[in-house]
Amino acid sequence: MSLLNPELVESSEHVEGAHQTDAVNSRLAQIWRRLRSTPRFWVGAIALLLICLWALFGLALYPWSATDQDGLAFSQGPSASHWFGTNGIGQDLYAQTIIGLQKSLLVGLIVGPAAALIAGFVGAISGYVGGVWDRVIVWFIDLLLVLPSFYILVLLSPTFKNASIVALILFLALFGWMVLARVVRGQTMSLREREYVKAARYMGVGGLTIVRRHIIPNVASLLIIDATLGVGAAILSETALSFFGFGIQPPDVSLGTLLSAGSSAAVTRPWLFVFPSAVLILTVLATSLIGDALRDAVDPTSGATRD
Amino acid sequence: MTDPVLSVRNLSVTFNANGRRVHAVRGVSYDVQRGEFLGIVGESGSGKSVSSLAVMGLLPSSATVEGEILFNGRSLLDLNDRELSGIRGRGISMIFQDPLSALTPVYTVGQQIVEALRLHDRALSQQAAEKRSIELLKIVGIPHPERRAKSFPHEFSGGMRQRAMIAISIANDPQLIIADEPTTALDVTIQAQILEVLQSAKDLTGAAVVLITHDLGVVAGNADDVAVMYAGRIVEKAPVLDLFRRPVMPYTIGLLRSMPNMASAASERLVPLEGRPPILTVVPTGCPFAPRCPAAIAECLDGEPPLELVKNGAGVPDPTRAVACIRHEEIEDGTLARDEIFPRPEPVPVELRAPQKRETVLELRDMQRHFPLTRGAVFKRRVGTVRAVDGVSLQLEAGQTLGLVGESGCGKTTTIMEILELAGAQQGTISVNGIDTATLNRTDRRALRRDIQVVFQDPMASLDPRMTVEDIIGEPLTVHDVKPAEIRRKVAEILQLVGLEPSFAGRYAHEFSGGQRQRIGIARALIVEPKILVLDEPVSALDVSVQAGVINLLEDLKDRLGLSYLFVAHDLAVIRHIADRVAVMYLGRIVESGDADLIFSDPRHPYTRALLSAVPVPDPEIERSRSRILLAGDLPSPTEEITGCNFRTRCPLYAMLPEAQRVRCETDDPAQRPVAGRDVACHWAEVSEQLVA
Amino acid sequence: MLGFIARRIVNYVILASIATVLGYVLASATLNPAARYLGRNPPIPEASINSILNDLNINPDTPILERLGIWITGLITRGSLGQSVTGNEVTADIVSRAGTSLRLLIIGSILGAVIGVALGVWGAVRQYRASDQVITYSSFAVLATPPFVVAVLLMIGATNVNRASGQQIINFTGEYTAGLDGGFWVIFGDRLVHLILPTISLTIGAVALYSRYQRSAMLDVLSADYIRTARAKGRTRGSAIVRHGVRVALIPMSTFFAYSFGTILTGATITENVFSWHGMGEYLLQSVTSSDINAVAGTILFTSILVLIAGTLSDVVYAALDPRVRV
Repeated sequence: MSLLNPELVESSEHVEGAHQTDAVNSRLAQIWRRLRSTPRFWVGAIALLLICLWALFGLALYPWSATDQDGLAFSQGPSASHWFGTNGIGQDLYAQTIIGLQKSLLVGLIVGPAAALIAGFVGAISGYVGGVWDRVIVWFIDLLLVLPSFYILVLLSPTFKNASIVALILFLALFGWMVLARVVRGQTMSLREREYVKAARYMGVGGLTIVRRHIIPNVASLLIIDATLGVGAAILSETALSFFGFGIQPPDVSLGTLLSAGSSAAVTRPWLFVFPSAVLILTVLATSLIGDALRDAVDPTSGATRD
Repeated sequence: MTDPVLSVRNLSVTFNANGRRVHAVRGVSYDVQRGEFLGIVGESGSGKSVSSLAVMGLLPSSATVEGEILFNGRSLLDLNDRELSGIRGRGISMIFQDPLSALTPVYTVGQQIVEALRLHDRALSQQAAEKRSIELLKIVGIPHPERRAKSFPHEFSGGMRQRAMIAISIANDPQLIIADEPTTALDVTIQAQILEVLQSAKDLTGAAVVLITHDLGVVAGNADDVAVMYAGRIVEKAPVLDLFRRPVMPYTIGLLRSMPNMASAASERLVPLEGRPPILTVVPTGCPFAPRCPAAIAECLDGEPPLELVKNGAGVPDPTRAVACIRHEEIEDGTLARDEIFPRPEPVPVELRAPQKRETVLELRDMQRHFPLTRGAVFKRRVGTVRAVDGVSLQLEAGQTLGLVGESGCGKTTTIMEILELAGAQQGTISVNGIDTATLNRTDRRALRRDIQVVFQDPMASLDPRMTVEDIIGEPLTVHDVKPAEIRRKVAEILQLVGLEPSFAGRYAHEFSGGQRQRIGIARALIVEPKILVLDEPVSALDVSVQAGVINLLEDLKDRLGLSYLFVAHDLAVIRHIADRVAVMYLGRIVESGDADLIFSDPRHPYTRALLSAVPVPDPEIERSRSRILLAGDLPSPTEEITGCNFRTRCPLYAMLPEAQRVRCETDDPAQRPVAGRDVACHWAEVSEQLVA
Repeated sequence: MLGFIARRIVNYVILASIATVLGYVLASATLNPAARYLGRNPPIPEASINSILNDLNINPDTPILERLGIWITGLITRGSLGQSVTGNEVTADIVSRAGTSLRLLIIGSILGAVIGVALGVWGAVRQYRASDQVITYSSFAVLATPPFVVAVLLMIGATNVNRASGQQIINFTGEYTAGLDGGFWVIFGDRLVHLILPTISLTIGAVALYSRYQRSAMLDVLSADYIRTARAKGRTRGSAIVRHGVRVALIPMSTFFAYSFGTILTGATITENVFSWHGMGEYLLQSVTSSDINAVAGTILFTSILVLIAGTLSDVVYAALDPRVRV
């Protein structure tokens, strides 16, 4: 009895085919699809792109540099020749803001990923190895978390504030990974109990290979998210340090030093304060929007209820 | 005839997620009469739970519900949340699948029952409600209800939580109780208890019950009527006896034939129901079951068949039986014989079978695994011992299947994990291929891993979602320095062996159905050509219809390749079907072991007897005529010190023994001894027939 | 439960002690107290600088461990944290400043937590509706704004209000108006007015932080089975979420409180400095600037104790909220 007539075979293949295209969307494609449909992501990504371009090319055709002093314009409000106005000694605020922005972006874009990298490394080892090592690492992380990292950085500031910006970047990264490391550790511990990791162990796959093949790729999404969110956090830390004179030192310019200089005159000459703040807020906001959209795309808590 | 309690008319539920529409329920109609027990059966994704949640008005906002739901003549879909909440819990109550997460962790069980009571009866005082909640706990069989009412859900076992859920559901004398897979998360012995409680709750309140389940066996013993759902629709509805004796929908026929059955002969091969249910993002244009139906003809694709009444022999429509199949008349009158729709597959021909060797490939001798129970974060101190495995001896012969059975928490998973570590045992010995694994060095251990491989329970969790099928299956070979080209060739070969297309190699695990994924898992285990396969609940995460195919595959592979299986399962019907020898485990010990046929036909340990009698059989007549041996209470914690026989706290035989004989159970720990051709650890194995099963 | 709390406290005490010791060592290693006396006109002779430094137990020529030993001995035997470079006892400085900081911290954390939790619940319940979007985007904006910018913007706003009304309605410099005469209520009112802007400035950040976290904790809980059970019992959606959901979602919040305390502390430090409050935050920044090792070490001890208290508090709340840890 030929039960499967040709038509049926065709139709079942059709179903398989439809399913195939549906499923070829691997995880990455799925994340991308979700990301694409999140307005927050587009707002953040476009804003960040524009800010980066602006930081790079914003001074290209501008007549003033950050150190030039315009002897004819002291403490002037925004005008056609000085877009963001000038400060008390006639320096152009627009030029200074862009130099500050460049520095902030440099700090943020290096420190965020670097801290995430440290966190991933420490967290994954702690979670996978377990036992005594795990307890020691966690205890050490807790110790670092006793004092706010702002305090630690202020304390350490004499060692880096007169050195190059590289030292500042290094210290920001060194004290910005602890909380994330604990998250990665938790994630790793649950991954370690997954059946496919167990299966690999019982096949005889070595520990390092397991971490590389199964653990890191699965923790990666978490790290990417936090690297993004870390960009904003690092920018804010740098600004706060510089604002109080523990970070970048005048005459070197950063958004923090600009805000510090502008805050005393904020009431009478608001442009000195408002423009750098707005640029700072927009930059940090853009990164956190991207990071948050990424988090939602990677780990959607809301899904269609299935039977 | 009185009006039905619940009348569902043309109910449709559509989910709208990420711009994709899923038609989860499509035009379902049914009535529930007062005091009726209706079973709704279906595989995952069939829409059975969604349709009941729609009745309760508990679907998420992404769902669009259409049609009509009448409760006592009142249209529920026209009510808002506040009005509905007056009916929920009072008119209709619901019991959910997972008792672990269904109770709020921060309130005591008593508080949660009181809440249910006072929500619908504002005049009830707190004291009166508390008193009533204790009564309710007593009704559902919770010992020391006064004390237990003050316990939090996490202090309850799964079975006790489900009892508490039933107490909540009957608190306001509802007219309808919807139970959504109430026993799926529980062990068979606990399942038997809960179904009993559900029945008595029904008798006590006179409520109608809608029991939603995937297990035809559960339905057989309890329901009056059964509706079978497939792809969002009811495809057959009939009184329970008719459904099991004279099913007319090929899907129902296939489901019944694919189920391993405790009562039928073990040697019979299962009939697989190949394929998977359609994905309901598009409305099917033909019969949704046609792609899987061997009896499908061209007409099956012309529009979905309506649910029609089945005509009896005289051509008169039978109002109690309905089916959605255009060939149902042929099936009903016998022109299309039920047995022939799904032909029984042939076993592996004798000439293709691997020669049998008599040798022991795996042996455990008095193996022990105790875990220290510690308290304290900084200064750990030992407060007790978890006797996960407490002296287990097993032997697995070449070419044989040894079934290891027991409830969750009995130590069977720990046992196989200890074996798979290949690092000896805490106490006793583990020998693989005659080699004591404690004596192995690193290189030898790696070499020995070729001989023993594992297949895990959850085919989704055991395959790395980020790897292709080829990488997954080839992973064990990377350990043994096999060249990539050779790996590719072997993967293609093994894919064919497990019944998958070699072209699947480049795809990812999530693209496959549960059954296919488990085949990938089996392929991965087989690629190093092992002698022993440890199977940890390999089919329990699969839908019934898919189980049969995987079980058959395992049987074929064993015959062809001469493999030996250590098959761990809690489902006795599956074990009954596949195992040559059986070992029954309780609290870290083997209580009975021996030839499978012998043990299943004539169990001697009281625990084995209770376990066997708790398994529901998909046959209403057998189910209704047999009496159960119900075990008292839950599995004790493995930290407890029980003197003498560790089963006596729940043993029904012990309870029947005269005082003088009990002393022996209390003081003397029974060792395994041969009784009637098998080994039993019970002092009274000879007289255990006293327990009527 | 008492055992659980006691074990946690022991752990915190050990952590806080080691952090303080490390802080002392770090301050001694990075700060250069001698710089303060160099380059003066007329120059101070090296010998007298040395003797000043020796008197204060901050001479870099003395090995750090020896100085640490003296410092710890002083702390244990006399309860003294040494003298600051201005000659004051550090303990006395801390006592006079602690109240100022604590007032800001306590009010800020409590207001922040309460409002933040409320907004988070509201946002989660109204997920993706307009009000949720507004809350979400505003918290993002606030979190992207450094606390000192918030503070300065508030000051600009207050100045404009004062100017518009022609009188000093909102006073924001310092903790109180110096030399103000009057009865208890006048002084109390004056302090209250001074408290407004700093409190807003600190609270607004805390609110944004807590509301984000509470929202995601709520979303985890919203899909939980027990919410469905509560509704099946006859609760409406809103009442099930409030009675069952919020209660459970508060559990992770109590842990988050401990983790976020550092952020709040940093916020308070910044706020104090911007509004010229003479609190511990200002003390820390001043001491680091003036290379005042003993004052810095004292501040670190103070901070460690605060963190210890916050951690213990959050553990107590955790144990009170979650019956599963009450052993």
